[in-house]
Amino acid sequence: MCKECGCGDTEIVTVDVQQKLLSANDLAAAHNRDHFTHAGIFAINLMGSPGSGKTALLEATARKMGGTRLAAITGDLETDRDAERLRKAGIPCAAITTGSACHLDARMVHKALHELPTGAQDFLFIENVGNLVCPAIYDLGQALNVVALSITEGEDKPLKYPVMFHRADLVVITKIDLEPALPGFNRKALEDALRRVMPRPNFLCLSAMTGEGVDAWINWLQSNRKVPAHRAHVHDLIAGSP
Amino acid sequence: MHEASLVQSLLKQVGDLARDHRASRVTRVRVRIGELAGVESELFRFAFDALSPQTICDGAGLEILPEPVQWNCEYCGIPIRAGEPLQCRMCGWPARLMQGSDLVLEQVELETV
Repeated sequence: MCKECGCGDTEIVTVDVQQKLLSANDLAAAHNRDHFTHAGIFAINLMGSPGSGKTALLEATARKMGGTRLAAITGDLETDRDAERLRKAGIPCAAITTGSACHLDARMVHKALHELPTGAQDFLFIENVGNLVCPAIYDLGQALNVVALSITEGEDKPLKYPVMFHRADLVVITKIDLEPALPGFNRKALEDALRRVMPRPNFLCLSAMTGEGVDAWINWLQSNRKVPAHRAHVHDLIAGSP
Repeated sequence: MHEASLVQSLLKQVGDLARDHRASRVTRVRVRIGELAGVESELFRFAFDALSPQTICDGAGLEILPEPVQWNCEYCGIPIRAGEPLQCRMCGWPARLMQGSDLVLEQVELETV
C-alpha cells in the first residue's frame, strides 16, 4: 500500500541485492569441502573435452597407485560406462547420470558421495562431464582443478576456452604417444597458448597408453596431497613450471 | 548450456526477495556478468525470456551489466594487456584477476501494493 496516504496504489521499490547467482552451489561446495578436509580426502575436479582421456588417465593412475586408496565420481549425460571402466581398474566409483545437464554441481557430488563405500580415501577424483565450458564455473568442493587436454584437440584450445584453463591448477597434456602421427602438432604453440591463459602455467605431458609421464603425474598428486586441502595453492605446484 | 540453470537460480533468488517484500510483481532485474564468468549474455537473456513467464518475474526487464576483465601483476601491480601472456612483462610474476569473473544479482525493482 502507498506509504504516503494509504490509497492502495502500487509502489515501486528498488532493492540492492549483490548476491552471487551461484551462492546455493557455493554453499553446497563448502559443505563438501568441509567433509573432504575432515576425512583427509584430497579431491580433484578432473575436467576436459569429451575424449580428452580423463578416464584413461585415471586407469593409468590406478595401475601405478595400487596401494593407495582411490575413489572416483564420474559424470556423464548418459550411461555409466566410465564408472564401469574405473571399477574394472580397481577404483570404487559412483556414477552421476546428468541427463541433459552439461556439468556437475556441488549437490550432485554430495549425493554421489553417499553412494561411495564408506571408509577413508586418500584421493577422490571427480571426473566431470566432458565439456570445456560449463564445468569450469561450478565449485564442487575440490582442492584443485586438473584439465586433461589431448594433443589431437589443437594447440589453440586454451585460447578458445580461457575460463576453463585460467582456473586450472594443472593441465595434463594427454595422448603424447600420438605425436609422431601428428606432423602438424606444435608443442611450443600449445605451451605458449597455456601461458596466455594460465597465470601459473603448470602442465605436464603424458601417455596413458605407454605410461610415459605417468610418474610425474603421480608425483604431482602425492606432493600436493601433503598440503592440507584448504591451503593447497598453485604456488606449491611443481610440474611444468617455466 | 548452463545459462538455463543459472537463470533458474536467479528466478528463485528474485522470487524469495519478492515474497520477503510482499511484492505483487517484479519490474526489473539487474545482473552483472563478468567476461570471464563463463556465461554467454545472449543465452542468459534467451533463458530468462523462456523461463520467467511462469514466475513472478513475468514481464520484468532484464538488465545485464557486462564486467570487463582486468588482470594485474600480482607483485608490481601493472596491468596486463589483453591477449598478453598472464605473466608480468616487467617482472615475470603471475597475474591476478582483479575483475571480470563475477556473476551477481545486483538489484531488483519490485512493485508492492
